[in-house]
Amino acid sequence: MRYEAPSTLDAAMALLAEEAGSARILAGGTDLLVQMHSGTAAPDLIVDIKKIDEMCSIVLENGRYRVGAAVTGMEIMEHDDFNAAWPGVVDGVQLIGSIQVRGRATVGGNLCNASPAADSVPAIVSAGAVASIMGPGGRRDVPVEDIGIGPGRTSIEKGEIVVSLLFPEKAASSSGAYLRFTPRTEMDIAVVGAGVHLTLDAGGTCTEAKLSLGAVAARILVVEEGAKALIGSKVDDATLEALAAAASAACSPIDDKRGTKEFRIDVAGVLARRAAGIAVERARKS
Amino acid sequence: MSVSLSYEDKALNVIGTRPIRPDGVDRVTGRARFGADINLPGQIYGRVLRSPHAHAHIKSIDISKAAALPGVKAIVTSDDFDEMPTEYIAVGEMIVNFRDLTRNVIAREKVLYDGHPVVAVAATSDAIARRAVKLIDVEYEILPHVIDVVKAMAPDAPLLHEDQFTQGVEPTPEKPSNIAKRMMFEIGNLDAGFAKADHVVERVYTTKPVHQGYIEPHSSIASYSEDGTVELWTATQGHFVIRAQCARLLNMEISKIKVIATELGGGFGGKNNVYLEPLVIVLSKKCNRPVKMTMSREEEFRATGPGAGGRILVKIGCTKDGKITAADFQIDLQAGAYAGAPLPQATMSAFTRYDIENVRVVGHDVTVNRPKVAAYRAPGAPNAAFGVEGAIDELARAISLDPVDFRLKNAAKEGSKTYYGVTFGPIGFVKTLERVKAHPHYSAPLGPNQGRGVGTGFWFNIGFDTTTSLNVNEDGTITLTIGTVEVAGGGRASLAMMVAEEFGVDAGKVHVSTGDTSQLGFNFVTAGSRGTFAGGIVAVMASRQAIETLKERAAMTWDVAADEVVWEDGHARPASANVGDFEPLSIGDIAKVSNKTGGPISGHAELNVQGAGPGFGAQIVDVEVDRETGRVQVIRHTVIQDAGKAIHPAYVEGQFQGGAVQGIGWALNEEYIYGEDGRLQNPGFLDYRVPVASDVPHIDTEIVEVPNPNHPYGVRGVGEVPIVPPTPAIANAIHDAIGVRFYDLPMSPPKVLKAMKDNGTA
Amino acid sequence: MARQHVTMTVNGDEADFLCETDQTLLSALRDELQLTGTKEGCGTGDCGACSVMLDGRLVCSCLTLAVEVEGKEVETIEGMAQGENLHPLQTKFLEHAALQCGICTPGFLIAARALLEKSPDPTESEVRYWLAGNLCRCTGYHKIVEAVLDAAAEMRGH
Repeated sequence: MRYEAPSTLDAAMALLAEEAGSARILAGGTDLLVQMHSGTAAPDLIVDIKKIDEMCSIVLENGRYRVGAAVTGMEIMEHDDFNAAWPGVVDGVQLIGSIQVRGRATVGGNLCNASPAADSVPAIVSAGAVASIMGPGGRRDVPVEDIGIGPGRTSIEKGEIVVSLLFPEKAASSSGAYLRFTPRTEMDIAVVGAGVHLTLDAGGTCTEAKLSLGAVAARILVVEEGAKALIGSKVDDATLEALAAAASAACSPIDDKRGTKEFRIDVAGVLARRAAGIAVERARKS
Repeated sequence: MSVSLSYEDKALNVIGTRPIRPDGVDRVTGRARFGADINLPGQIYGRVLRSPHAHAHIKSIDISKAAALPGVKAIVTSDDFDEMPTEYIAVGEMIVNFRDLTRNVIAREKVLYDGHPVVAVAATSDAIARRAVKLIDVEYEILPHVIDVVKAMAPDAPLLHEDQFTQGVEPTPEKPSNIAKRMMFEIGNLDAGFAKADHVVERVYTTKPVHQGYIEPHSSIASYSEDGTVELWTATQGHFVIRAQCARLLNMEISKIKVIATELGGGFGGKNNVYLEPLVIVLSKKCNRPVKMTMSREEEFRATGPGAGGRILVKIGCTKDGKITAADFQIDLQAGAYAGAPLPQATMSAFTRYDIENVRVVGHDVTVNRPKVAAYRAPGAPNAAFGVEGAIDELARAISLDPVDFRLKNAAKEGSKTYYGVTFGPIGFVKTLERVKAHPHYSAPLGPNQGRGVGTGFWFNIGFDTTTSLNVNEDGTITLTIGTVEVAGGGRASLAMMVAEEFGVDAGKVHVSTGDTSQLGFNFVTAGSRGTFAGGIVAVMASRQAIETLKERAAMTWDVAADEVVWEDGHARPASANVGDFEPLSIGDIAKVSNKTGGPISGHAELNVQGAGPGFGAQIVDVEVDRETGRVQVIRHTVIQDAGKAIHPAYVEGQFQGGAVQGIGWALNEEYIYGEDGRLQNPGFLDYRVPVASDVPHIDTEIVEVPNPNHPYGVRGVGEVPIVPPTPAIANAIHDAIGVRFYDLPMSPPKVLKAMKDNGTA
Repeated sequence: MARQHVTMTVNGDEADFLCETDQTLLSALRDELQLTGTKEGCGTGDCGACSVMLDGRLVCSCLTLAVEVEGKEVETIEGMAQGENLHPLQTKFLEHAALQCGICTPGFLIAARALLEKSPDPTESEVRYWLAGNLCRCTGYHKIVEAVLDAAAEMRGH
């Protein structure tokens, strides 16, 4: 296995494009090394992108946060301003693994590993993040919900790298929240994850909303019916019940060692409702 | 020399205090050497090829490609091991059959579980060893498998062993069976007893196999010398038993094997048995290089010995005043691939906390296509208690009697005779129950969705073969060499404290080290909570022997008779003023001239220690249930248990707390999950969910002390009882919170949510 | 493929070793540098026994490649005590009997020290959640949490 640590994007893309065998990008390594340990990944080439500056920084671009794909979970948790603007995203990030894992794991890696149960993905989906991808064909921008297409599979082409995630400009009276269900308090893979982001107008009516669910289908879901239930409402109890119903209805989960179908359907509704409750409280104060 | 080891109630200086353990600094600095930390010059690395099938005939094994790989130095298969006859011996608290043991070390005709070892290789690097394993071709004929204990007991179940006929049944069956053994205890008249009952509870419970979860994987290094001797470093709870098993399996003389027990990173019963040791010895013999092998976490789950799961049937009847009139129990325990589930322990602990006239207890030891079970902290008792303590709670509530009062009405006491024939000496069950009622936890208010449950536990505790050697150094310090491996933490501290108490010196003057098998006589595995009890008895015996010698030497120095010298406060003193006006002599004073008075001063003891004091405990657990998700959180937990005498209270508390948290994991989330194909789906700490720090509250403890009359300081083993009460206590607490009873473990969120929905209480 | 030569700093001293490209930092520390204080409990980042500091960041060394630490600073348990002087956490762990078998202890000490450097006055809940990535099977965590809180108080000068 060869290891390269290029310091520019161009060099990284060239390495990936030229590799005849299998190549994997190394960001935090918290998924890749586990896969190598179990034998499910045995790449011929590892391209470590942590020396590429633009992938490792959080910058404000015309009032919008651009988070490098290789920024670690802990760095995001420690960024006070980003926390204030996007607490729902931080909710998701701070549930990935343990403190040790968050010291290395990255949002880009979490996204590109494409586990349907990834913790930060429903949060960044509901926040409306857009992935900036560089490849042989140039640059393209893709909403993050279109990256994961199935368990472990993405829409990223060979030779492409997700460079950063661009978050929208944060509107007034808008905020988000992410909740997940795990049997233990920490350290588990999400059995259900729900990310909600919403915006209120001056009168407290919801004008924009997005609900995203994890671990209840083969990929992260965007629940349009959930958003519709919220938009135009004052996010009262009846709305939250409707939201919960929409969330449960949208699931097509599996039975596996982490949870049953029935359980996931029920809890998806519960978490969507609770996450929306937190989001609306935060939005009212923001 | 005849020494009384009976309990003496006297003022104590060292025992009961909390000195820093003598072997602690090495552990907090990373200096302590655990199994995988040992490296020998020239060592090479071993790996095992394991079965991917739950049940299959081995048709052929082709190792040629692996043997040809550069760097591969040795390969072993079952051809390198002798066939073993059926021969049963005790290991820890379980029984082992050598015919099965050799097959569990390396498969012979068949593989019987996913993970069963088939071939072992040793190569100059771990990477080459792994590659070599992949190059080995094994042809299997897959057979139908069975992993459920009830299905395995059916007459038409896939059969694991053609030559296994149920023992304990008259007449011996003609048809082989997966039921290896049946046991029964019966006293009184069950039917008459139930006829007298005003209330009867009859339930079926199930529990899943769980793993001890020690953080240190098994690790061994063997260095086989051309003269036929071998040095073996290994992570084990009992190096003398490992030596004995290797000698038998490999047809070697015991004296040719030297086993060094490395510092142990957790055992809980799971490190009583050989897994890697015979393999590394034979690999080393074949290539004349030291061979090191460490299990991966996945191998630990697939191929070591979990605690048994099974089915439990309980029927208990009581009068309207709460007196139990009859108790009927059956447990069907999974043994895994080879017979040897903890059947005696489960059956003998089921009702032992209570005085009941009419009892029947039946148990079955059932082979299934899973890894062969090993002991896990009070093996069999948690399974039995989950059933019995749950039924007791139901009965108490049926007659509106406080569950602790119910137990007090029926509690075993000194003089109670168990249904298996033993009469109890002084025991602490009643006192423990009274302390539960008096504890502030028991009467603290509960909030919404919160509930409280109580569970109780019992363990026999054991003594058995223990040998120790004590040497008085020239400067008056003392070295105690022990052969009972420290598994608990605080064991060496406790022994040092007992020796210090005997001699009348500070604990810091006593150094304890673990000898290898060449340095001491036989010591049984550290199991049955025997470390401090039995280790303490021989340490006290050795101390008293050495003190007699010190007195004799003082007498020699003073030219008086030996019986005119007493030992007090760390010094030899004249017995009275009439003997003479002599300055007291310290240990150091006597030791530094010992070569002039006869030679070095020591003591030693070798004893099959008897008289272990049974342990009783109770736990109070509060839970909060999230009614919308089924998640159960333990919010308060108190352990009250009789320790006889807590030599070092902090380490007794530590046993209470550690066992309680293992019980919480067992109750709520831990289980082996198998697929339809009989393969283990969760062989790792991600999906085998042991409690993390944020899952559990503080575990409050109260140490009850009803001295064991058979130990000089009253010690009873404490390590195993704490894992027995949590599963029923938590089930009872959940019922108290949401009105739903659980009869199956673990009580994980999907099950709790479904039960609430089915019962209309979600 | 030829082994890679890595030069880095460990516990303040410059060190170098040879390793395979797919070898973990954990393996390099234990097998190439003979620093066996850092332990392998699972190899998959689920138990925390392999915790080390990497350029001041708490990480699992089993999830880090050895080749990644070229030019970086690694701190392990062997560097926690200063000569004869134990770190307050080490002392408190001993005083509180916060270890039994001790295999998880190096990982807990490294993780706890990282917590206290960031957050000198944590609540009990913060301690439990920070240490959720470190498994202990012997103690039930009770005395570990007490030792960390006590060490924190001592380090704050109380």
